[in-house]
Amino acid sequence: MKTTLSINGSGHDLDLDPRVTLLDALRQHLGLTGSKKGCDHGQCGACTVLVDGRRVNACLTLAVMCEGREVTTIEGLGAPGALSSMQKAFVEHDGYQCGYCTPGQICSATAMLEEAKQGWPSYVSDDLESRPALTREEISERMSGNLCRCAAYPNIVDAIEDVAGSER
Amino acid sequence: MKSFDYLRAGSTGEATGAGGAATRFIAGGTNLLDLMKLEVMTPDKLVDINRLDLKAIEETEDGGLRVGALVTNSDLAADPRVRRDYAVLSRALLSGATGQLRNMATTGGNLLQRTRCSYFYDTAMPCNKREPGSGCQAIGGYNRIHAILGASDSCIATHPSDMAVAMRALGARVEIEGTDGTRRTQDLGDFYRLPSDTPQVENALGEAELITAVILPAPVTSRQAYRKVRDRASYAFALVSVAAVVAVEEGKIARADLAFGGVAHAPWRNEAVEAILVGEAPSDALFDRAADTLLEKAKGQGSNDFKIPLLRRTLKATLRELTAEAAR
Repeated sequence: MKTTLSINGSGHDLDLDPRVTLLDALRQHLGLTGSKKGCDHGQCGACTVLVDGRRVNACLTLAVMCEGREVTTIEGLGAPGALSSMQKAFVEHDGYQCGYCTPGQICSATAMLEEAKQGWPSYVSDDLESRPALTREEISERMSGNLCRCAAYPNIVDAIEDVAGSER
Repeated sequence: MKSFDYLRAGSTGEATGAGGAATRFIAGGTNLLDLMKLEVMTPDKLVDINRLDLKAIEETEDGGLRVGALVTNSDLAADPRVRRDYAVLSRALLSGATGQLRNMATTGGNLLQRTRCSYFYDTAMPCNKREPGSGCQAIGGYNRIHAILGASDSCIATHPSDMAVAMRALGARVEIEGTDGTRRTQDLGDFYRLPSDTPQVENALGEAELITAVILPAPVTSRQAYRKVRDRASYAFALVSVAAVVAVEEGKIARADLAFGGVAHAPWRNEAVEAILVGEAPSDALFDRAADTLLEKAKGQGSNDFKIPLLRRTLKATLRELTAEAAR
């Protein structure tokens, strides 16, 4: 099936089996291997990318469903020498060990800060109606869709807290 | 994954026109694609309904809200009107899944989630829901997450949604478009089916029928809570949950709309429980009487026996929280 995908600002014409997930299209058809396949069932978050600015699991999205949408992957957030503030913070705070979950963590965290800026509450917000402060508890809850089997969580939260604080 | 044809619907009529027994509508896809990868579900055709104009949250004439079927769980939870007037719904949505999944999952799709029973997911095992007549291995098997209310000899699965539990307490109605283009609405309680001897029939949707909206009645003066007990603090299904919309006037309970999750094949509501509470002054003894009625026919399956006392305690804790000022 002929599909045009817009990835990191550029269009790609592909001929895909409808079964191909967005994640497999990125990795196998477009060589964008920053997005990782962990569980392939939406449980680990390693495949997290942004679709129209919102974080989603690329493994649970069909590529053909993304026609007309803007997909941003870790490669689109920054590049060597021009890292995004979240990428820099992960480096500075050592927010990883093996690094496999890191692209998903960074994409997820980047979009999560945007959600918080929009005033979205979370399960741990005491008050649903006021703008939540991004405490460590809030960050952990909002990032629960990204697992890190090396358990670098304290440093991941440090990195996100750093960026959230500087953007406040 | 089995091969399928993919079609993008441009209108609700086009969607229902393309529907049928071997066709599935896809919106967020978070549950459907997962099940298709495992070949638990093997549709011949997927109709992508994401382009349909069902993404609005609109106020209804009687002061309620009409939530389009394609409104994402994130957008519904964050809507200022929902946060202010239907806090139980916002809380329930935020207690479910993850940020990524809530950005994808839709209102209609959430209602149609399939059970997380591990035998339903395992195609090597019999399952009356997946393969009618093949048997149920959860009965007498690993059934820690299974039902204690309304189960049958065919199926003891639970419905996994948090959102639907809150909607049940709020008295929501489901709007459904039929293949002839007409729309009907149905109380959420009547929409779901208990397993009986046809656990594969989970709701009142006919073949090719499409959920177009969920309608919330006008908000009521109340305190609301969604209390969810689970194995870990985030990203886990409810072992038991309680959605409660409670009002206390002059020291007496004036309203106690309650729905329960994680305990049955559908969000559970029992009006006899509510009738025991309304008109009475809140007390632990009263809450125990309500729990007695709720659990009168509860039946454990072995591994899930703990849910019976857990549901009692969770109900009592929720009622204590929402009536605290009156009881003081």
